[in-house]
Amino acid sequence: MSEKSKFFPVISVLTVIVILWYGFSVVLNSPWAFDQAKRNTISLSFPELVSKTWSQKRPKLPTPHQVASEMWNTTVHQKITSKRSLVYHTWITFSETMFGFLLGTSLGILLAIAIVHNRATAISVMPWIITSQTIPILALAPMIIVALGSAGFSGLLPIAIISMYLSFFPVVVGMVKGLRSPERLELDQMKTWSASGPQVLIKLRLPKSMPFFFTSLKLGMAAALVGAIVGELPSGGGGGLGFRMLSGSTFGNTLHIWSGLFSAALLAAALITFIGILQKVILKKMALEL
Amino acid sequence: MHQPNVIEASNLHLSFETNDGPVNALSDVNLSIKKGDFVSFIGPSGCGKTTLLRVLADLDEPTSGAVTVNGVSPRDARLARAYGYVFQAAGLYPWRNISSNIKLPLEIMGYSKSEQKSRVSKVLELVELLGFEKKFPWQLSGGMQQRASIARALAFDADILLMDEPFGALDEIVRDHLNEQLLKLWKSTNKTICFVTHSIPEAVYLSTKIVVMSPRPGRIIDVIESDLPIDRPLEIRDTKKFIELSQRVREGLRSGHSDE
Repeated sequence: MSEKSKFFPVISVLTVIVILWYGFSVVLNSPWAFDQAKRNTISLSFPELVSKTWSQKRPKLPTPHQVASEMWNTTVHQKITSKRSLVYHTWITFSETMFGFLLGTSLGILLAIAIVHNRATAISVMPWIITSQTIPILALAPMIIVALGSAGFSGLLPIAIISMYLSFFPVVVGMVKGLRSPERLELDQMKTWSASGPQVLIKLRLPKSMPFFFTSLKLGMAAALVGAIVGELPSGGGGGLGFRMLSGSTFGNTLHIWSGLFSAALLAAALITFIGILQKVILKKMALEL
Repeated sequence: MHQPNVIEASNLHLSFETNDGPVNALSDVNLSIKKGDFVSFIGPSGCGKTTLLRVLADLDEPTSGAVTVNGVSPRDARLARAYGYVFQAAGLYPWRNISSNIKLPLEIMGYSKSEQKSRVSKVLELVELLGFEKKFPWQLSGGMQQRASIARALAFDADILLMDEPFGALDEIVRDHLNEQLLKLWKSTNKTICFVTHSIPEAVYLSTKIVVMSPRPGRIIDVIESDLPIDRPLEIRDTKKFIELSQRVREGLRSGHSDE
């Protein structure tokens, strides 16, 4: 679909969401507004109610403009080294995500190469890889933090490991498919040249797997970010968007939760867009675009 | 003058299992090919002509029987780089330009960079593609892509060229032109060529020896030694001798079908 024809559907959906959001803000925040009015023995007209529900300091559901101004204040008006700065927390989550993503992608590629080249590996390892993803990460994360903590690792590494745990999976699955994508003719051709396994890998399988690789990277990146945020929850004190959202939830500060949530979404969008651009440029250069 | 046999097959059988039971892809195939021969394998689909070529190339293994290429087993011949194989599709890598596509087997075989370069220009000249080194496969017509793929098979000095319907997907005008070029190339390089086709004129025009095959089971019906002159302009196809040869091939193909 062209950019132009995408514009109106996207905008109409967005508009509906914003309208619903403001509506729910009124509904969810009105009990407190009525309470306040009762205490001051005044009655509220509808416009007064709306303006009161849209401007509470600790609303049940903050409005979009409150979230936006919270985000603005905590990025622009705070030193980026301050724990009150969203940039500070986003940076922490970003580094954990990147670290976990790199670990996960490397692990995923190595596993895929082993699976494609060795039937025994394919049979013995693949079920475990799938099983690993059925265990709720929320249950596993504290154990990883504790285990690694008792081994003397704290800070970035344990969280990156949790992030890796989620992000290697789409890379394995995608790369196994990609490395197996050469056709019979191409493999026969390699055989007529008596090419070795590593030569077939480097000259045929890896280049041919590029479209699958980039799709895997996008999924892996999204998973790495989720892993980093989940990993921050049991670590405590380290900072990051997950920590920010958890503390917001603990202290009933919904603005912290929502601004953290939106920062995470923006971070994910930026990272995936970046991979998408790389994908476009490289696949076009390789004449492999689909 | 006695020429040594480059390819020798005796009592060759090959069957494989399918859901409908075993299929005899090759049955009692006996064949000898001399150095410098241009041999065409012709027959309807399922007659085992491609399978025979794949056996010679060590891509398929016979169930029983003996086959030698250059006096050794197909596997040893493959490892000794005795043959170049041209497939039905050009199989060029879209991310490599023409020159680097032709270099691919040379890289695999460990030729030096300078050797690769000189060989690429040599074979590009043979297939008349000089000047297209930097072009990518998608910038070339189907016929040119197939020529590049022939150049790639020629690049490493194999004495034997195995070609599996290399021009099957091309239109007749391009095909005529490539057939002419292939004959020229064969004469100038003195290679032994095994050529699979299902076109009678193509087989008769190109070959010194025509092997007519028939399906179910895949077997050789007739081996025709062509006495057409070595110099063959396209017009030779209108001569009496050419027509007679074509008729003999057609009769062979028809007799193989008599059971249907």
